[in-house]
Amino acid sequence: MKRVVLAKRLIPFFWLLLVAPAGAEEGIPTGGKVDLGIKEYTDVGVKGPVDNPVTSLDEKKTSASTADHSRFKELQGPFNSGPEVTKACLSCHNKAGDQFIHNVHWTWLYTHPVTGQKLGKDVLINNFCTNARGNEGMCAQCHAGFNRTSPDYDLTKQENIDCLVCHESTGTYYKLPPTRGNKACAILFEGKPPIDWVKVAQSVRLPARANCGSCHFYGGGGDNVKHGDLSSVLFHPPRDVDVHMSEQGENFACIVCHVGKGHKWAGSRYNMIAWDEKEKALPEPGMERQTATCESCHGDKPHSRTSIRGFKLNDHVDRVACESCHIPAIARGGVATKVFWDWRTAGRLKNGVGYREEGYIQGNGEPRHTYKSIKGSFKYGENLIPTYRWFNGVMKYTTIDTVFDPSKPVEINHFEGSPSDPKSRIWPFKRMVTWQPYDKGRNTLVYMHLWGDDKDAFWGNYNFARAIRRGMEENGIPYSGEYGFVKTWSWWPQNHMVAPKEKAVQCDECHARNGRLKELKGFYMPGRDTRPWLDWLGLLLVGGTLLGVALHALGRILLGRRKG
Amino acid sequence: MPIRKVRIFNGFERFWHWTQAALIFVLLFTGFRVHGYHHLISFDQAVYFHVVAALSLITLWIFAIFWHLTTGTWRHYLPTVNGLWPVIRFYAYGVFKGEQHPYRKHFWRKHNPLQAMAYLGLKLFLFPAIWISGLIYLTYNYWQGGVSHPALEWVAIVHLVTAFAILAFVIIHLYMLTMGEGFLHHLKPMITGYDDVELTEAELAYLEQDEPQRLKKS
Repeated sequence: MKRVVLAKRLIPFFWLLLVAPAGAEEGIPTGGKVDLGIKEYTDVGVKGPVDNPVTSLDEKKTSASTADHSRFKELQGPFNSGPEVTKACLSCHNKAGDQFIHNVHWTWLYTHPVTGQKLGKDVLINNFCTNARGNEGMCAQCHAGFNRTSPDYDLTKQENIDCLVCHESTGTYYKLPPTRGNKACAILFEGKPPIDWVKVAQSVRLPARANCGSCHFYGGGGDNVKHGDLSSVLFHPPRDVDVHMSEQGENFACIVCHVGKGHKWAGSRYNMIAWDEKEKALPEPGMERQTATCESCHGDKPHSRTSIRGFKLNDHVDRVACESCHIPAIARGGVATKVFWDWRTAGRLKNGVGYREEGYIQGNGEPRHTYKSIKGSFKYGENLIPTYRWFNGVMKYTTIDTVFDPSKPVEINHFEGSPSDPKSRIWPFKRMVTWQPYDKGRNTLVYMHLWGDDKDAFWGNYNFARAIRRGMEENGIPYSGEYGFVKTWSWWPQNHMVAPKEKAVQCDECHARNGRLKELKGFYMPGRDTRPWLDWLGLLLVGGTLLGVALHALGRILLGRRKG
Repeated sequence: MPIRKVRIFNGFERFWHWTQAALIFVLLFTGFRVHGYHHLISFDQAVYFHVVAALSLITLWIFAIFWHLTTGTWRHYLPTVNGLWPVIRFYAYGVFKGEQHPYRKHFWRKHNPLQAMAYLGLKLFLFPAIWISGLIYLTYNYWQGGVSHPALEWVAIVHLVTAFAILAFVIIHLYMLTMGEGFLHHLKPMITGYDDVELTEAELAYLEQDEPQRLKKS
């Protein structure tokens, strides 16, 4: 009797033995909290109080604005919608509308000045949620305009500009997905207090971290999912996480570095300044600042110019990006970033409905989902050592029409750079690895129809074949009709979360046989590089001398003794 | 001929020798750390002390070269085969039989012919090789033209091979102190400055007359 009970008790363990390895192989941790339905982006927005950062209008950290917007008669309302507020804004700021409609935050389009590629969220495919195009009903929650529900958005209609998302300072303003999506997504719209349009309109000021961060910290489908160096930690970062943005440090707003005039800002990941050379980077007071680079404030000789140590460090700046040493790890401060995404496992159901499962506890103690029916399975990373590569600043993209070889990882974005190119420097990157759908017949990426209240939207129907066919058809892209999954990489240059100097990467971490830069070839680095014959020659020379001396001494001792 | 205790290493020469010895040890220790042979200090510290020691040693060399030239001391290092063979024979054979070292220090010739040749080689080849390669290494940013130049590796290789050779010299140099009358006997002159030197009558008369402070009262 007892034996039977014991055997019964052991059954779950046998199950674990059988099931656990299979689960591990597919990268799906089990055992976390499971909840049903689709809940995305319900926890975005500023964490904690709205920050009051230093901006270009501030001197000695108090606002020096010449206007108190709460006293303008134009902003006394009543307002019942965003566009009504925007009309009031534009009635005074009568050039802002024209400025803004040419900005990428609005157009989602970008023509690369070097490669000529047509880029931007409107057309690109990434290896997170893949494509915004056709899914504007959800993704345009982070469009700086109102009611962008499809690719045919009227880019000339200035009243649709969302001034508030960037300028309001109450922390009560929020954006919802422009359309309702599948009924399973209803929860996204629940429990939201109505927006007090007059209050938010009167609160406007220059953008704080709370404004930029409420979208940019949540790229790719959640907190720090995409970039690795942009997370909700940066709303109120400790000094160790970001020496510039920390309230214990400089308390910078994003726009202190991302300088701009007329609603155009410096700093683009499509076309980066891999090395800000002297003529643009003046280290002296009164400098001209047009770029978002470190050099635009710190100059190109940022370390002490009178000490040997500073002299040696300054020797590095033409070859090593500031970020490589001053961002010691990716995803610091307790919020993890996604490092692996597997769309192949998407679409599993419990009781006929989609679900999500917690399987990772990040540094700040909060759980993260390692499986979502709508997206597949994920792996996270925190405090990751970056991948270092030579980089010349020009990003080239695999777009919807790029044909690739699916037997190798497809680079969503790739770049060039080498030690023999004076424009290149060694940069730190986060590399995202994903298995995502592609057109098996034509070897191209695909647009997926994820969001919508229809039978094809993947988020609700969980059918890749229909979601891909619809996504391709809607955009007039040729499709073979057969999809597969391809491994993709995307590269995310790291620029944020600059640590205080005492936390910078130490010399030994690169100048070592198996250091951070061990993968980079084609140049000599002391401490890392040697040649076997060189070390053998040294051993032969020094060891041979020691041996010779030892034998000579031995001879003297032995022969001397015999004589004595 | 009388053998007298004469000051053969003056103050500067001793300062030069010992400072150079200390700096060479610092340079070998930190240099091998930079190359990755040990990790007793950090790379950062190794580079710092290596550069400080190297610049100090180069400064010292500049003074030493000036001193050699102006005092005529350079003549001590002129290579000669006169008496070379007995010295080689002694180290290869005689020393095992307990023979006396064949060389006697002269007032105008502090080093035996083999020793003088070794020092001359060190000063003419190894030291210039290490400091020229070192300066090229240190100033890489001023000649590599904005790229990571492949020549840097060869500069480093020349520097390192020379360092190995200098280390071999140091080992032999120290071992040689154990020859003949022993370690302390050879060490002492470089500390006190005085050694037993075979003087000619004329040299003795000159020293007694003009430089009596160089003769130790016995």
